[in-house]
Amino acid sequence: MITSDNISKKFGSITALDGVTLNIGKSELFGLIGPDGAGKTTFFRIVTTLLLPDTGTMTVMGHDTINDYLLLRRNIGYMPGRFSLYQDLSVEENLNFYATVFGTTVKQNYHLIKNIYSHIEPFRKRPAGKLSGGMKQKLALCCALIHAPDLIVLDEPTTGVDAVSRAEFWEMLKALQKEGITILVSTPYMDEAILCDRVALIQKGRILDIDKPATIIAGFGKKMYAVSGKDKYKLIQDLRCDPSVESVNPFGDSVHITFTGDRFDSTIAGKLEKAGHQDLRIKEIEPGIEDVFLELMTVSENDK
Amino acid sequence: MINEKVIEVKDLVKKFGSFVANDNLTFDVYRGEIFGFLGANGAGKTTTLRILSGLSKPTSGDVRVAGFDIYRHAERVKRHIGYMCQKFSLYEDLTVAENIMLYGGIYGLPKKLIEGKTTELLESMDFTAYRKRIIGDLPLGMRQKLAFAVAILHDPDIVFLDEPTGGVDPITRRQFWEMIYKASADGITVFVTTHYMDEAEYCDRVSIMSEGRIVDIDSPAGLKDKYRCATVQDVFVKIARPSNNKTG
Amino acid sequence: MKRFFGFVKKEFMHIFRDVRTLIILFGIPAAQILIFGYAVRTDIKNAGIAVLDQSKDEISTGLVSRLESSEFFILKENLVSGDHIDRAFKKGDIKAVLIFENGFGKRLLSEGSARIEIIADGSEPNVANLVTSYTRAIINDYMTDLNKVEAGSFIAVEPEVKMYYNPNLESQYMFVPGVMTIILVLICALMTSVAITREKEFGTMEVLLVSPLKPLQIILGKVTPYFILSLIDVIVVLFLSWLVFDIPIKGSLVLLMLESMLYIMLGLSLGIMISTLSKTMQQAIFISLLGLMLPTIILSGFIFPVEYMPWIYRVLSPVIPPRWFIIIVKDIMIKGTGFTFVWKETLILIFMTLVFIIISTMTFKKRLE
Repeated sequence: MITSDNISKKFGSITALDGVTLNIGKSELFGLIGPDGAGKTTFFRIVTTLLLPDTGTMTVMGHDTINDYLLLRRNIGYMPGRFSLYQDLSVEENLNFYATVFGTTVKQNYHLIKNIYSHIEPFRKRPAGKLSGGMKQKLALCCALIHAPDLIVLDEPTTGVDAVSRAEFWEMLKALQKEGITILVSTPYMDEAILCDRVALIQKGRILDIDKPATIIAGFGKKMYAVSGKDKYKLIQDLRCDPSVESVNPFGDSVHITFTGDRFDSTIAGKLEKAGHQDLRIKEIEPGIEDVFLELMTVSENDK
Repeated sequence: MINEKVIEVKDLVKKFGSFVANDNLTFDVYRGEIFGFLGANGAGKTTTLRILSGLSKPTSGDVRVAGFDIYRHAERVKRHIGYMCQKFSLYEDLTVAENIMLYGGIYGLPKKLIEGKTTELLESMDFTAYRKRIIGDLPLGMRQKLAFAVAILHDPDIVFLDEPTGGVDPITRRQFWEMIYKASADGITVFVTTHYMDEAEYCDRVSIMSEGRIVDIDSPAGLKDKYRCATVQDVFVKIARPSNNKTG
Repeated sequence: MKRFFGFVKKEFMHIFRDVRTLIILFGIPAAQILIFGYAVRTDIKNAGIAVLDQSKDEISTGLVSRLESSEFFILKENLVSGDHIDRAFKKGDIKAVLIFENGFGKRLLSEGSARIEIIADGSEPNVANLVTSYTRAIINDYMTDLNKVEAGSFIAVEPEVKMYYNPNLESQYMFVPGVMTIILVLICALMTSVAITREKEFGTMEVLLVSPLKPLQIILGKVTPYFILSLIDVIVVLFLSWLVFDIPIKGSLVLLMLESMLYIMLGLSLGIMISTLSKTMQQAIFISLLGLMLPTIILSGFIFPVEYMPWIYRVLSPVIPPRWFIIIVKDIMIKGTGFTFVWKETLILIFMTLVFIIISTMTFKKRLE
């Protein structure tokens, strides 16, 4: 569906993409996971023919994004990171407008958006600018789908959306995938990675890893422990100073650590208690995608 | 330290016309605590935040912030709090030092003191080399950390953070939270409003708000136990889903 | 085509849904015509004058009564000595003093010339200018009449001042072309550039570009509503100036409308060009206002006659499209001339429009860079 071969892109002196190579199959739900400024948006704009790469080639549905851009623009649904609807037009008017622009009607492809649209239909007369974040994203998704594209490209669709709506949004994407639509989505939320078929972890324009989320996590290859205690700040400092501890990362209400040489230091609890820590708890845990990402980031930083 | 209340809210009600944005809120926040104030969009978080920072008056109820009654001493409240939000924090066309000088000046700190603090602050963050750099040229994560440092420059009792680390890369995010832990260890209360549930996991205690009411307040671990969920995100989805979608 | 009309329809919805846009579109033109018509009108009525007649002969009293009987002047005071002039002005109800020299009539008859001094209140330079020129006109008039009666023994006192195109000295005529020129630039360039940059700023342009709409369709779709509305504005301005100020269109209305369409197209292409140069609405507004409005007002000859400007402005003035449109409108509306008199200006406008269209289509990006 999408073949990206060694794509690079610079803006002035800033390298946005640095040799990105990846392949996305038909009706795959593919996630591009990375923080702000990692290059996700630039990559999406190249896929949607809005930007030209400096080097490398990109084909989408077998067509070159540079030469066949007019043809591709008919078959891609795109939802940019910024809210891309007309705030002063109502829900209904936005939808009708995009349908007309893409040379179709709402009726013709209603079956595709029915499930999503039903959430916002009660507000169809309301100006899009007055919708909540979650509603806006659902409407934008409807607008991106209205011409029944084979590929939809969603740039951070869940940013700024509350947890409830985020969960609903991902359910909708799963349903669309069953219709045979290929979905390319980006997110800064590590926890959303596991909802994708495959993900690419991206940082500073470079792909750190591409695989199924489970495989990526399995590749971590070290035992991970969660330590929690009362004085978190001191706990972090003390763990950092301990030579038997390799990595220390605060993770919510606990601190995730790995040990040097993957050898558990059984004296750790004693040492910490001696240093005055109370309510200490240490347990082995399964690493998550964010642990892997942190690890890969640290490795790639050190490479430079 | 634990028992000193820095924010006391009792029966807070805020109405806009017939719309009740805050419906009988009662909660306390303690000195040095990291308090997460969670809710969906439109749940009423912003309204409460504005009241606590002295920008708007409640319809009824008692609210004391940093020991001051917000009805009578809104201006004094403002001197004892710091504020940072993700969308706007520092002036992008000023240098690091100029931004610090500006904010220090706003809070009436003497010039000498600000200069000393600037050096100290930049050293502690390893930013000394960036002193004369324009903020707009710095990476987002670095800006966020600086913004936080600036927000607590005047040693406030409470610092309000509005979605401070949404979208920030995982490494910077952790460095940021370490700064928050340090501030908290120094006795500054950190009040985080957010709808990113992964930020909530870092807080000592969180309150979850829905449709103007506080549904529950507890530590993240306590909430997860109580509702038998793996993450605060799941807890949130379970208890904060509005009864219907009328709020839009 | 259906896509295109869908787009135009959406654009109309934006316009009609936003009260502020509507005010700019229709309120400002109407207000400008009325403000200029009433407040900035440059004619005088019932201006107070004083007379110091040291001659008191038949001719001087005749001239004073002629001045008095015109609707422009009211005789407030008859001064007896030159010492009273200062005091008369200080009272503030007179705009000018006429001084007839001793033996005015006699000298005029014997020597063929005599002196009248007109002292005007220079604190209002505009009014002073008008008062003196009106007075001169009336004096001339009077002399001509005298010449007729006395069969060619006189020489006129003053140089001839003749209001050829505006015989009743009604100056409102001149502001209509000016207001039309400014309004059309404002609406066409400012509104289109803002409308296009708004799509960029709100991120909707990204989606439009990814759609099958061609860039040309996007531009035309944005511009069409403003073309229609600007034409309506031209009609509103002409109608209002006829209805409220009785200003007729002497030349061909059809020609005037066609020229207006050309000028509107020029304004729209300018707007498109501005939108390709600016990233945000704020920039578009700044460029339109500073780059277009001010030069239009200052350099077009609307307020300051081009001939009296410093040389640098005189050099710049021909580059400003409004300069030519003003001439066209004045010629057609006030002089009543036909196309044979304005073809040169028309060609210049056509040339400028083509240049702007070429530049803006070349710079409009079908991608984001």
